[in-house]
Formats: sequence, C-alpha cells, structure tokens
Amino acid sequence: MRDRGLIFTGLVLFLGLITFPVWYNLASGTSSKPPELKLPTTEKQCVAPTETMRMSHMEMLITWRDQVVRQNDRTYVAADGKRYDMSLTNTCLKCHDNKAEFCDKCHDYAGVKPYCWDCHIDPKLVQRSKG
Amino acid sequence: MTIHRRTFLGVAGLSAVALAGKSTIGALAKAGEEAAPAAGAATRWAMVIDPQRCLRKEGCKDCIGACDKVHNVPLFKDKDHEVKWIWKEPFENAFTGEENPYTAEALKDKPVLVFCNHCDNPPCVRVCPTKATWKREDGIVMMDWHRCIGCRYCMAACPYGSRSFNWLDPRPRIPALDPEFPTRTKGVVEKCTFCEERLAKGEQPACVEACPEKALVFGNLDDPASEVRSLLREHFTIRRKPELGTQPEIYYIV
Repeated sequence: MRDRGLIFTGLVLFLGLITFPVWYNLASGTSSKPPELKLPTTEKQCVAPTETMRMSHMEMLITWRDQVVRQNDRTYVAADGKRYDMSLTNTCLKCHDNKAEFCDKCHDYAGVKPYCWDCHIDPKLVQRSKG
Repeated sequence: MTIHRRTFLGVAGLSAVALAGKSTIGALAKAGEEAAPAAGAATRWAMVIDPQRCLRKEGCKDCIGACDKVHNVPLFKDKDHEVKWIWKEPFENAFTGEENPYTAEALKDKPVLVFCNHCDNPPCVRVCPTKATWKREDGIVMMDWHRCIGCRYCMAACPYGSRSFNWLDPRPRIPALDPEFPTRTKGVVEKCTFCEERLAKGEQPACVEACPEKALVFGNLDDPASEVRSLLREHFTIRRKPELGTQPEIYYIV
C-alpha cells in the first residue's frame, strides 16, 4: 500500500500519454471541425438536394458515367424536372468551379482518393497553365 | 337439358385451347408492332473518303490536328510510344490486299487517311476480356476507358493498327489540354470513337468538319437518301482488307 502514490501517478501519466492525440486535436481545433467548403456563388440549386449529394454523389457520378459511356444517354432529369448534361467537368465543375476548395478539401478530410482526376480535367488547371 | 361428363370435359378442353391460342397470337402481334418502328429509324454511321480530294492540298494535316486537339491526344516523338487516332499511311501499306503491282500513278506511294474502321464484325470487341470495347447499336466501336485494363488483346486483334497503347503518362505530352474531354492514363488503350461525343450534340466528327477539301463524308448508311449512300452509288469504292471479313465501314473512292 505504500506504493499507492506511485501507482496513481503512473496511471495518470499513462492515460494522459495515450489520450494525448485527442487533447492535441481538441486544443488545435483541427479534426473536430468539418472542413469549410467554398460553395458556388453563381447557382443556388444543385442537381439534387444537398443531403443527397453529400451522401451519395459518388454513386450518382458512377451512374452518370455508365449511362453516358455505355448507354449513350446524356441527359439527367432532376426531381424538379430540370434537365442537365451528365458531365463531371462540363456540369458539376461549371458551378463548383473551385475543385481545390470543394472536392479536394472534403476528400482530403475524409481520406478518400478518387481517381476521377487522373483523366478528367479541372478547367482551372488549364487556365492557370495558360495564363 | 343435361350435360354429360364427356361433353363437359370436351367443351372445357376446347375452350382452354382457344384461350391459350388467343393470348399467344396477341403476344406475337404485339412483339411485331414493337419491332417495326425500331427497324425504320436505324442508324449505321460510316465514312466515305476521297483520297484524290485529300491529296489536293499538299501536306495538309487539318483533320489530324483537329482530332488530336478535341480528344487530348498526346504527342510522343518516340515512335514506340506513339498514340494515333487518325493518321496518314502510304496507299500500298493501307491497302495490302490490293496486291496489284501496277498501282495507278495518282495513288502510288501517296498518303491515305486511316483510322478505326468501326467494323461491322469487329475483332477487337471479340477479344476484349472486360467489355471495355463494344459495338454500339449505331455501329460505332466504342471504348470505355474506365474499364480498360490495358491487356492489349484488342491491339493484337485489330488488323488495321487502329489502336494505341499509353506506355507512358500521356498528360504531360498533350500540347493543349481541352478540359471538355478527358485524357487517358498510362496503361489504357485508345482509338477513334467517330466523335461520338460530338454526334450526341448533333455535330459532325471533328476531322470531317476540319477538312478544307471535303474529302471526308460522314453519314448514315441505313438512310438511302444520305450523302454517304449517294457517294457509294456513284463511285467505285474499296475498303481496307475486306478479305478478313471484318466488314470495315470506312469506304475509299478510287
């Protein structure tokens, strides 16, 4: 029982050390906050409600891809009846013109690496290289 | 009046047969109705090339330039890495089956435009293990670059050398990136797609539009009134390696 002090100090030190990353992140306020995305200013309405887009834009893009490439069907009819050309660069990026501050920021935060951009081109990159 | 068991069974049996027959005939008639309009509106894209017209403007590469530009085709100086959608080939090399030792002066050693023939019986489609290349209903031999695994079976199968493989990352070799069209990546096969993305917008293929001599004519073979059909009626045309049975759909006026 004479070692009680020693044991408790050790325990507190140990707990402090293993939970250090949590305290560190809380203190610096990085990971606890979702990323702040730059939303388009030109358009108010996306092809689907924000919640749907946030949850399943990846599935929508895969469907679009298959329909355009394999079925030669290029028109997406939104719930409100509005028609869109199913195209990542020519439709999505027309409004979401800041890929770095919209797509990339959230993908980096979520730790996902979509390979869309291996082929599809961010129009901003082209402008920059020209200018 | 009493009905005997035998009479009842007989009438019931005949009625059943009659009912079954009616529904069968109905279904058959319906199937016929549905198939009819589709056959009338068929499309079969094809191209007719006039090599003589093509030769009028010497050294002209307008069509090749236009195609490379809209499709982000990379420019590799090294022949081993070359990526080609549309290019020029000496007449004898393009038409190896002609075996005529006395080629007319007008065509002898002259460059002829060649690209994917969008065959009716495409050997590349038969060998593709992932269905990354297939023949569309309108005859275009299409490619899905998302699906291509780069096995190059299609390149071995194509008797026209119409397909190119990206041995290196093509992006740094594209002179001017067009963001409207994707690039390809290393390890993917690519070829002419008859500008299907332009056809969808009702435009002509880029090479046809760019040709200053109107040497390339694009149209629907299934429409007897189309320009390609009238050209085929008025001229004698040849195709590349028809003896292989691939049924190429690029016709050359000779």
